Amino acid sequence: MRSRWSYVYLAFYLMLGIMLLFLNNDLSKAVITLMNVIIVLVPLIGTIFGVMYYYNSKEFTELLLAQPLKRSSIFMGQYLGVALSLSMSLVIGLGIPFIFYGIFRSNAIWDFSLLLITGAFLTFIFTALAFNIALSNENRIKGFGYAILLWLFLAVIYDGLFLMFLVVFEDYPLDQFSLIASMLNPIDLSRTLILLKLDISALLGYTGAIFKQFFGTNFGLIISFLALAIWVILPVFRILRKSRKKDF
Amino acid sequence: MVSIQNLHKQFNKNVVLSGVDLDISEGGIFAVLGPNGSGKTTLIKSILGMVIPNKGEISVLGKSIKNNSTYRNKIDYLPQIANFPSNLKVKELIKMIKDLRGKTTEDERLISLFKLGPFLNKKLGNLSGGTKQKVNLVLTFMFDSPLIILDEPTTGLDPISLLRLKDLIQSEKAKGKTILITSHIMSFVEEVSDEIVFLLEGKIYFKGSINALKTKTNQPDFERAIASILTENHA
Repeated sequence: MRSRWSYVYLAFYLMLGIMLLFLNNDLSKAVITLMNVIIVLVPLIGTIFGVMYYYNSKEFTELLLAQPLKRSSIFMGQYLGVALSLSMSLVIGLGIPFIFYGIFRSNAIWDFSLLLITGAFLTFIFTALAFNIALSNENRIKGFGYAILLWLFLAVIYDGLFLMFLVVFEDYPLDQFSLIASMLNPIDLSRTLILLKLDISALLGYTGAIFKQFFGTNFGLIISFLALAIWVILPVFRILRKSRKKDF
Repeated sequence: MVSIQNLHKQFNKNVVLSGVDLDISEGGIFAVLGPNGSGKTTLIKSILGMVIPNKGEISVLGKSIKNNSTYRNKIDYLPQIANFPSNLKVKELIKMIKDLRGKTTEDERLISLFKLGPFLNKKLGNLSGGTKQKVNLVLTFMFDSPLIILDEPTTGLDPISLLRLKDLIQSEKAKGKTILITSHIMSFVEEVSDEIVFLLEGKIYFKGSINALKTKTNQPDFERAIASILTENHA
């Protein structure tokens, strides 16, 4: 089940990569379009696959639990299985067309690798969050619902709230706030990171300049990756803790 | 072999086990009986570490099972409902469990015993309930562990397979193993078990031989003895 779907996912990225390159005929533009797709799609796929995989392999998990295996290794194995195969699909599927197009000879290579790295991070983050939701909900429908809601919140609603906040409090200095707020959402964080790397921050005006000052530097980059890493570690930690106490 | 002290378990507000004390000595067949929902499966799953008790101590072969997974090497477990991943073939499943638990050659003998040969290349999702149960039995008896736990082993089996299962249980007992069985089929329990443990409302109501139960309840046969316990306590 898992392997067949990850092939479909791989094929999808292959086609997407090829299509974008043909239509745009320009590496940097293709990278920008890809970013828009990745930022929304990768979390969605990670969430859905994570929840689906957990519920689908429930019987199998029960079988494994009666075997001399540690709980942590059972659940970590499942999590890494899903997250790794999804990120492999992403990296290979997008990597192949871009390599053939000559990414190594162009200067978009760093932008492109950053894109793939954040994509992989997002996969790990959202698969971990999905596993958390599935572990806490026996009811599949509820679990699916919460997972989709979480995705919707982080991908769409969060931005809306953020924007509203900015409009309402526009009289106050908000650069600190907006920096922190975008750090707290992994999707926003990835988007900002890539946008600034692509050097189109001039479009963002004054705030863009502040963002550039922060994220554009090595320090900002390290902090951002740290924030992404924390977004992976915390949910994974909770998977381990939750699974240790769960009854089957 | 297995010792349980003051075991408590509740699922949300539903109290399933409330203070179970049980000592299972080495060798022999023990039947865990009780009405539906009396906590038989919960008790067994607690021994296996699949259910985490709220209170109490369980030790298997002298070692506490808390934060321990290696002790399950010494247990063969037959789950009540054979829920296997439906996209795997029978052969693949057997191979996988062998990879997890080590080499064995018993599987071929068991496959031919339960006539599973023609099903080896079929997917588990396409098997009938009885055939799944046979696969389940093969997976359980494949390894040579000192403790065997069977949760409703007779479900879905045809008469011949049932007979073979009984022989299998007896031959395992002859090797000096400890076997824990739950079942609702009283004739089966009466035939195979040496000692019974009767669970009622989360506690152990009776532990001893079948004859002791008959004298205690003043009933001539086993089925009536069980029935009398149930009517007395639910009247």
